[in-house]
Amino acid sequence: MWYYEKKLQYPVKVSECNPRLAKYLIEQYGGADGELSAALRYLNQRYTIPDKVVGLLNDIGTEEFAHLEMIATMIYKLTKDATPEQLVEAGLGPHFVNHDHALYYQNAAGSPWTATYIQAKGDPIADLYEDIAAEEKARATYQWIIDISDDPWINDSLKFLREREIVHSQRFHEAVEILKEERDRKKVF
Amino acid sequence: MTQQKQMPDSYYQLLEQIQAVDFVLVELTLYLDTHPDDLDAIKQFNQAAYESRQLKNTFEKQFGPLMQFGQSFSNYPWDWKEAPWPWQV
Ligand SMILES: [Fe+2]
Repeated sequence: MWYYEKKLQYPVKVSECNPRLAKYLIEQYGGADGELSAALRYLNQRYTIPDKVVGLLNDIGTEEFAHLEMIATMIYKLTKDATPEQLVEAGLGPHFVNHDHALYYQNAAGSPWTATYIQAKGDPIADLYEDIAAEEKARATYQWIIDISDDPWINDSLKFLREREIVHSQRFHEAVEILKEERDRKKVF
Repeated sequence: MTQQKQMPDSYYQLLEQIQAVDFVLVELTLYLDTHPDDLDAIKQFNQAAYESRQLKNTFEKQFGPLMQFGQSFSNYPWDWKEAPWPWQV
């Protein structure tokens, strides 16, 4: 089971109400390479991955939920004081008429989250390479959001998340090596 | 709609100390998942786990429970459900 802890993994502050930036950040909330996809991808794969790397998938999957909460906090804080007019101006008019100020699992273009974003091949190497690719894509997305954001507080939190993707990718690379080693050892004996 | 809560400076300072130590713990956990024989890292992990507990005890005495389902003790009245939630501070 999981226990909730009443704190964010890393502080999230915003400079000012900025619904346009929130609209871009939704990509990492309910987009293909976003945090929801990441959490669900790893936690789902862990049932059929070899024991040697279950712990890693379990723990990275859990950390992704902490990242999801950070992204949600950014979106919430950037939009909570926005008027309907400001939301329309930021391109969030279609969101407003459906959801008011509520968050929703969709990408920046408004497509709802779908399980087709994540894979589970049952082949450990295939699954881990999918995970590595997912981390690299998330890292790239964070970089592009940082490139178009001028909120220094948000950028500080986004840089933390970008660095986490790099670490996750590194750990998944190591997991591949661990499984390859094990496979080769079985062949020898 | 919920309001943003202005908490005392000590809340943010303590919370940041906890976030820093807990980050070390997350990082070491993932590292140890793929390097289970690194004794130095395990020593660092246990040291950080101890520091995290100490900091959380101090924090919870002032600002209420951090965790639910019995992982933190409750004050009277029940204060787990009290704001602020993490996205409100
Ligand atoms: Fe990640």
